[in-house]
Amino acid sequence: MTIETVNAPTRPRIDVAAALRDAAITTLLAFGLFLPLIGFQTVVNIRNELELNTRWPLLLSLVAAVGIARLAYSFLFAPWLEHLKQRPVSATQSPVLGLLAQWFTPFAIGFAIFYPIIVITLGGYGGALKWVDNFGIQILIYVMLGWGLNIVVGLAGLLDLGYVAFYAVGAYAYALLSKEFGFSFWILLPLAGVMSSFWGIMLGFPVLRLRGDYLAIVTLAFGEIIRIVLINWVDLTNGYAGISGIPRPTFFGIPFNANEDGFAATFGLEFSPIYRTIFLYYLILALAFLTAFVTVRLRRLPVGRAWEALREDEIACRALGINTTNTKLTAFGMGAMFAGFAGSFFAARQGFISPESFTFLESATILAIVVLGGMGCQIGVAIAAIVMMGGTEIMRELEFLKHIFGPSFDPTQYRMLLFGFAMVLIMVVRPRGLISSRTPSVFLKERKAIPHDLVKEGHG
Amino acid sequence: MGIAGDILLRVEHLTMRFGGLVAVDDLSFDARQGEITALIGPNGAGKTTVFNCITGFYKPSEGRIGLCHGDAAIWSELDALTEGGNRGIKQGSNGLYLLERMPDYLVTQQARVARTFQNIRLFPGMTVLENLLVAQHNSLMLASGYTLLGIFGFPSYRRAEKASIDLARDWLNRVGLIHRADDPAGDLPYGDQRRLEIARAMCTDPVLLCLDEPAAGLNPRESAQLNELLLSIGNDHGISILLIEHDMSVVMEISDHVIVLDYGVKISDGAPEEVRNDPKVIAAYLGVPDDEVEKVEAEVGL
Repeated sequence: MTIETVNAPTRPRIDVAAALRDAAITTLLAFGLFLPLIGFQTVVNIRNELELNTRWPLLLSLVAAVGIARLAYSFLFAPWLEHLKQRPVSATQSPVLGLLAQWFTPFAIGFAIFYPIIVITLGGYGGALKWVDNFGIQILIYVMLGWGLNIVVGLAGLLDLGYVAFYAVGAYAYALLSKEFGFSFWILLPLAGVMSSFWGIMLGFPVLRLRGDYLAIVTLAFGEIIRIVLINWVDLTNGYAGISGIPRPTFFGIPFNANEDGFAATFGLEFSPIYRTIFLYYLILALAFLTAFVTVRLRRLPVGRAWEALREDEIACRALGINTTNTKLTAFGMGAMFAGFAGSFFAARQGFISPESFTFLESATILAIVVLGGMGCQIGVAIAAIVMMGGTEIMRELEFLKHIFGPSFDPTQYRMLLFGFAMVLIMVVRPRGLISSRTPSVFLKERKAIPHDLVKEGHG
Repeated sequence: MGIAGDILLRVEHLTMRFGGLVAVDDLSFDARQGEITALIGPNGAGKTTVFNCITGFYKPSEGRIGLCHGDAAIWSELDALTEGGNRGIKQGSNGLYLLERMPDYLVTQQARVARTFQNIRLFPGMTVLENLLVAQHNSLMLASGYTLLGIFGFPSYRRAEKASIDLARDWLNRVGLIHRADDPAGDLPYGDQRRLEIARAMCTDPVLLCLDEPAAGLNPRESAQLNELLLSIGNDHGISILLIEHDMSVVMEISDHVIVLDYGVKISDGAPEEVRNDPKVIAAYLGVPDDEVEKVEAEVGL
């Protein structure tokens, strides 16, 4: 500590010549790469002939942008990174940050609870629908999935690339059972969780002797198996066409419709679709809170500590008499159960499901949320989910960009590109996720956050 | 706990082969209740392999490893147990276990053999206290009703957790790490990590503690502290210790019984004094005496 305070961080000198050379090389590379990709375009003309068009202005502007970005990196970003590295890592946070950390969680929970009311006040019934549904519910589903996967990946350190399979099991369990047997949402919610959990354990038995990359590949395959079974077992699942007309959840028996016995009429309100949306919002909020609560609870129980110990060192766990197979299975089963809950909610909310909703991209998105948020950290995962899912939705709102780039410009198409940038940026700046320190589950005198460089990531 | 001097661990005809390599060859020895038994030998003699066989990390190619809890009279059941397919028997507070039949975690959980590792294996990202609580996993798991009671915060679980924290605090006091209880284990200096690993092994409530080179990398002062700690574990808790060690000051000072391995074969077995003066041991460690070399040279015709 003392040495670091004596050597106050100095601004590193910038080598202008080197920066210019770098920029020139990067520009040349970009030109070589973009010339065939962007400089030329094949277009089918009106006589159905293939024509070669050139797009020199676009090519030049992109190459120039790359060169300028490289210069900006050398002059602004690199010195800043260097500066960050030199700054002494203080064990104790500044008081402002400490206060923020202390009040952030209660504030976030309060905001989540009052969110629909705030939105209705600001936008009225008609305007609020989109914000509660597309932003609120959509984000909360991913928050919940992120927290569920966090148990498997963040706590137990088992890399699961097929998490969406359990989400699919929950969704199809709800859809099929409610359509065929007319069970209510509240019976099917736990049932879907149990079924997903069952499949989690079924998958777990054969694959948990695998480690690291091998485990990741097998879970990836399992996710695909479930999806392909859903596509091909047409008798049961109706294949690609999916299942429609899934019964919607009711307000403890009172349906949300415009009839005499509907929700609005029963409570003497004017009919509006927003009541159902608000009900669904609070439902998924409650489910997400349940996931968080159970995870926080489990971390302080022997099983949660065994998960984390497993992530740290599996051999040491076995030497301490911990049955590692059972411990991994509980993690898998627990994670799968929450995915099942989320899946049955998803089916009930959409009223229609098809295998299209359960592709590998979904697994990857959920995993990205967990990794970006910081493995094992609830708040980090929630923030990552809000940024990633909210970001996607926000891009739909950026209509004004059409005035700049022309009417054919669709900002949502750049979603994956921006995800990629965000990933790279996070991995450069905070390689272990947004919030990477670990909070101990128990303490004698004071709870000290554990720096991320000591915490292991697990090897499956 | 049995009477001091009774046989606690009996290793018979233990052989471990890795392909064509015979790491341990027909090794038999006994470890006694309340004693510190040291396993020594030059590098590559097969000591750690023996440890891994005893603690279930390796399945021996041949041989039998028996461990007794409580009264030594139960050893009479050994042959019957071997004939039958069971891993062990329990008669009241006495028990007899065949360790070669058990997977690693059951060796700790049921047969109550705890171990440490040559290259320390703590949970570096967990605090010192958490490390000791993970060691009490099985008893806490039972108290938490396999998580069901625990998740609803039943008072019986809270009591059990408090008791386990008290036990951990006790051990932290004994190894002098109480002031580091809330620090991550990976932050401790090397010597402290060694002591913490021993404390963690002790928290599993063992009858036999297997230590793989506990004094490796310690300075003389730390090494002396370690001697004290090991002696007190033996004396205060009546726990037997099986020890692999290169540091002769530790071996000769604290062990009651020394077994010497060389190339997987036992070459000497007895009290430290006897072993120290055994010509075979001296030959293994220092090479053969000069006159023997001359004799061999004469035979070969040099």
